[in-house]
Amino acid sequence: MVTAPRVFNEVLLEVRRISLSFGGVKALTDISFDIRKGEIRAIIGPNGAGKTSMLNVINGFYHPQEGEVIFKGETRRAMRPHKAAKQGIARTFQNVALFKGMSTLDNIMTGRLLKMRSNVLLQALYWGPNEREEIEHRAFCEEIIDFLEIQAIRKTPVGKLPYGLQKRVELARALAMEPELLLLDEPMAGMNVEEKEDMSRFILDVNDHFGTTIALIEHDMGVVMDLSDRVVVLDYGRKLADGTPDEVRSNQEVVDAYLGVAH
Amino acid sequence: MLYRETGQFKTTYRADQAIFPILQDKIGVLAILAFAVFVVPFAADNYLLETILVPVLVFSLAAIGLNILTGYCGQLSLGTGGFMACGAFFSYKLATAFPDLNLILVFLLAGLGTSVVGVLFGLPSLRIKGFYLAVATLAAQFFLIWVFNKFGWWTNDSPSGVISAPPREVLGFVVTSSEAHPISKYLFLVVLVAVLALVAKNLVRSRIGRSWMAIRDMDIAAEIIGIRPLVAKLSAFAVSSFYIGIAGGLWAFIYTGSVEALAFQIDRSFQVLFMVILGGLGSILGSFLGAIFIVLLPIALNVTMLAIDPTFSVALVSDMEFMLFGALIIFFLIVEPHGLARLWQIGKEKLRLWPFPY
Repeated sequence: MVTAPRVFNEVLLEVRRISLSFGGVKALTDISFDIRKGEIRAIIGPNGAGKTSMLNVINGFYHPQEGEVIFKGETRRAMRPHKAAKQGIARTFQNVALFKGMSTLDNIMTGRLLKMRSNVLLQALYWGPNEREEIEHRAFCEEIIDFLEIQAIRKTPVGKLPYGLQKRVELARALAMEPELLLLDEPMAGMNVEEKEDMSRFILDVNDHFGTTIALIEHDMGVVMDLSDRVVVLDYGRKLADGTPDEVRSNQEVVDAYLGVAH
Repeated sequence: MLYRETGQFKTTYRADQAIFPILQDKIGVLAILAFAVFVVPFAADNYLLETILVPVLVFSLAAIGLNILTGYCGQLSLGTGGFMACGAFFSYKLATAFPDLNLILVFLLAGLGTSVVGVLFGLPSLRIKGFYLAVATLAAQFFLIWVFNKFGWWTNDSPSGVISAPPREVLGFVVTSSEAHPISKYLFLVVLVAVLALVAKNLVRSRIGRSWMAIRDMDIAAEIIGIRPLVAKLSAFAVSSFYIGIAGGLWAFIYTGSVEALAFQIDRSFQVLFMVILGGLGSILGSFLGAIFIVLLPIALNVTMLAIDPTFSVALVSDMEFMLFGALIIFFLIVEPHGLARLWQIGKEKLRLWPFPY
């Protein structure tokens, strides 16, 4: 177990006074927090608290009416998701969003898309630089496949895979992008205990091995408290608390709103 | 027993990513190509060449084009006929305006011209999907045919609106117009279609192909990964129209020799769409199978029905054709949405185990 809390100083991403509403519904109100380089940051909160909306703001799906997102010192307000991808933000989805008709390997290879350079003519001939590039990126994808222990399914169409493996392939695809910031939206939803243990191990390994900064949304409190370095708590689109797992756990407001009031 | 990949170990990624990683496939395709080039021209009679093999090859190319757009990139299009007309009339204008231009260049340039048109009509795909996009491409279909009918410039002011392919040579053999020998037409087509099919296969297994499939399977996730929907969709429209345009040129110049805009009406679009659906969405092989199937079905039906009872009327035979098509389309959509190519794949998987149960 972690003995002393890890300390991180460099801010990778900062959201500042974000407000987002859809018509009359206020999804997020005046939320600020930061994610520091190298840490595992958890975002928790009851259903409908605005966690996924927050991730969508960070990677450019939603454009908040107010506030700003600062990534690597660069401020931005409105941005398309593919630009966020280019900057180094990858994510997985709450309900698996894989390319169902493609094999595991092809899914992971699409994650390398931004890193590939050869032009269409070379691709049409599949010759020289294009073939070298394909092989080079294949080798990288195979490393990720080894890392996540999915060698046996590399040629299987992902539509045929069980749910737990699909989640793992989605993580593999996100890792193939070599992201600086990895957003995981409920990586363990619907998994049994063994699968959750596996996934937790992979998340810790990714953080440790690649040094990837991770922001995750999760409902399993045990997982959140064990994995994360810092936790931010949302409720009804407002920020309730922000701090280490221990601080958050002892915060009375959080206990009341999220974990339930003792009767 | 014959079709087994056991023991074929790949020790490099290069070998594993080869176009036909399984030895039997490689031998099979080479054998079919060799047969098509060296045996068929001498064994087949003119009827077989002109009414079956030539249209099969032309339609295969059109089906590959539509398959890239609909099967790989997931953008439904009913404008195939219009784009084929583009290819045909562009080829005609190029060939008559520049008589010295090499025929292959004529087709390639006509294909490029068609891709520009395709991209223009593909622009709505950035906002609309599925059936709505199909309706938008339908507009392309009607608009393009109207343009080629309306303005005499396209037909060099031919009073009937019919264009006749001028005789053109490739490597010293006349391949277009009625002067061409069926064998030279056929050989020219086989080589051209084989090369273009190889290019299509390479594209779909490269970066650009993966970006098309990503857009098809889940456009939101594709965007998250860094695929720009604009680029992916429009490149699919461009490549698809390029193929369909060349197919249109080949139709006018080599298959029929003379053609009018009405030959490329909405029926043609549906015909190619049926080939793609029956052959297999998202499969290059399926494009060929679909083309073979749809060209052969009416002929086979005709022959069998007349064999059963020579007194059957022509109208009855053609009605039967419609009924059978309809039934087959429904059958495939329900039972095997991935078409003949998928059946072939299942067959291969069974063959890997045969004669053992598992």
